[in-house]
Amino acid sequence: MLDQYIGVVITFALGAVIVLGMVSASMIFGARPTSRRAVKDEVFECGNPSSGPARGRFSVHFYLVAILFIVFDVEVVFMYPWAIVFRQLGVPGLIEMLTFVAILGFGLAYVWKRGALAWD
Amino acid sequence: MGAALFLVLAVLTVAAALGVVLHPNPVKSALFLVVTLFLLAVVFVLLEAHMIAALQIIVYAGAIMVLFLFVIMLLNLQIDDPERGRRRLVLRGLAWAGGILLAVELAVLTRGAPVGDVGTAPAGYGGAEAVAKSLFTDFLLPFELTSILLLVAVVGAVVLAQKQRRPTIS
Amino acid sequence: MGLIEVGIAAAKAFAVLMLVLHMSAILLWVERKGSALIQDRIGANRANIFGVMPFNFGLINTLIADPLKLITKEDVVPAGADKFLHFLAPFLAVFPVMVTFAAVPFGDQLVIGDYTINLQVAALDIGILYVLAMSSLAVYGVVLGGWASNSRWALLGGIRGSAQMISYEIAMGLALIGAVMTFGTLDMQAIARAQGHHFFGLIPAWGVIYQPLGFLIFLIAGIAETKRVPFDLPEGESELISGYFTEYSGMKQAAFMLSDFAESVVVAGLVTTLFFGAWQVPFLFRDGFHLPGGAIVALPHLLVVALQIAAFTLKVFFFCVFQILVRWTLPRYRYDQVMDLGWKYLLPLALANMLVTGVVIVLLG
Repeated sequence: MLDQYIGVVITFALGAVIVLGMVSASMIFGARPTSRRAVKDEVFECGNPSSGPARGRFSVHFYLVAILFIVFDVEVVFMYPWAIVFRQLGVPGLIEMLTFVAILGFGLAYVWKRGALAWD
Repeated sequence: MGAALFLVLAVLTVAAALGVVLHPNPVKSALFLVVTLFLLAVVFVLLEAHMIAALQIIVYAGAIMVLFLFVIMLLNLQIDDPERGRRRLVLRGLAWAGGILLAVELAVLTRGAPVGDVGTAPAGYGGAEAVAKSLFTDFLLPFELTSILLLVAVVGAVVLAQKQRRPTIS
Repeated sequence: MGLIEVGIAAAKAFAVLMLVLHMSAILLWVERKGSALIQDRIGANRANIFGVMPFNFGLINTLIADPLKLITKEDVVPAGADKFLHFLAPFLAVFPVMVTFAAVPFGDQLVIGDYTINLQVAALDIGILYVLAMSSLAVYGVVLGGWASNSRWALLGGIRGSAQMISYEIAMGLALIGAVMTFGTLDMQAIARAQGHHFFGLIPAWGVIYQPLGFLIFLIAGIAETKRVPFDLPEGESELISGYFTEYSGMKQAAFMLSDFAESVVVAGLVTTLFFGAWQVPFLFRDGFHLPGGAIVALPHLLVVALQIAAFTLKVFFFCVFQILVRWTLPRYRYDQVMDLGWKYLLPLALANMLVTGVVIVLLG
């Protein structure tokens, strides 16, 4: 059973080596900085003077999207085992999943209605 | 082979967990937590719980940690000031951890006869089909209650987030 | 678990990783020249060898000159940015995408002497869940890329990009449920083999016939996940320069661009495997062609394997070219339109698809 994963382990190792080599290639072979001016260290804002470090309040919608993603990801993750044994469960299995989806569909409708999905 | 592999994984996992707790930068702390969860998933695979390992990565390392990172970045949590009594806190934490570990060890060692042979797991144990079969027959009620739990989470999140009315960047 | 098995697995892993990398490089060239064709201009043709025929199609520009240029650029890390995170972000952007292909079957099986080699790097029982797990790890590259740049606009681009990616991950996951219900397994090689028979002896039983809506939802969600046009607001090439990876230069930037094409290849690979028969060639079975009408054309085993691998590569290439065509045809969506599409349209549609599939399967017994 665990033999399946030898391919995964090798792919991870090979992939890590290849990607590490690629990302560090310009650190190794890249041109050395000829000067170190303050301007070069600033971030690029299309020529405008820098508007400061990454601070400021961001909209709470991103947080909401992340929470909704967790909830619906858990839902999807419950559906996968159901999809496999679905034929053996027959109609009762269908009704069980219908209830599950209905309750969560009600949640989605509530979120939609309250406008939490808007302007993001 | 299995024991050596588990030992290596255990050391790495504990090291990553220590990184979570001890590192001053919150973003790197969260990344250490992602590594810890990934290593835990590998431990699950060693225990033949393939389905749970995949779900651990999909839900925990892939969804919940993304939420953690969002919150850390959106709140712009600063790096901890290392001067303020950190050394004492670390020592106290280690003392507590050591004490609990000692208590657990004593409880295990004074147990008496070791647990008898638990037998081998049935074939396919921990695979998707076995988990699915027991989930939708024996554990049907907890499954349906989980949907209500998720609904509560959704409603709670929306209610909490709706109070903001100040101008923000989106 | 002998040395031979490890060696075979290593060879397969190497082959698959090289496939992804090389296909990304070729697609880069196809994109440059293809977009030039679509926009009625010539495209890159400066670097060539005395104007000799195949070389002045921009191949040397794209495949040799550009990578060399990128490797020798200075690696600029903006002041105040965390050096380790700046290095980690492009790594995390490319790595999960490349290892996703470990679960994708690129052929049936190769029999050499005593060994039957399953042409799939890792024959995982939970193949589709592994693919989903690696896709969810790909979000970290975007989020960290924005954060490690120490720029407010890059951070905004990174957060927006990752919000978009996680929104479409749900639609992707749900769209596949229908296919899993139809085939009853998460093992991708089993799904590929199950698409081998033909309806009425003529039409190959590919997944798209069972799940047309699932295919469409998955394709759209996949394109959105790769942050390509029309969903490329986080990158915003014509407006924001590069969005979340503005502050990266040299090979780190190349890594982010590679992640774009590699994700494209992965989406194409998944669509091919689940909905278009993976390596199946119509009427080709293990011993040769079984044509409708009864004629059997026997073929040697190696030729059959070669045909199947070629079929897989061609199908993946077709879907990648399709994504490139979509990119150069459609205008960009606004961000709220992107989120609306993901949550309000694709998610309910995918749920409905799953329920209808369930009802149909139960009714058909």
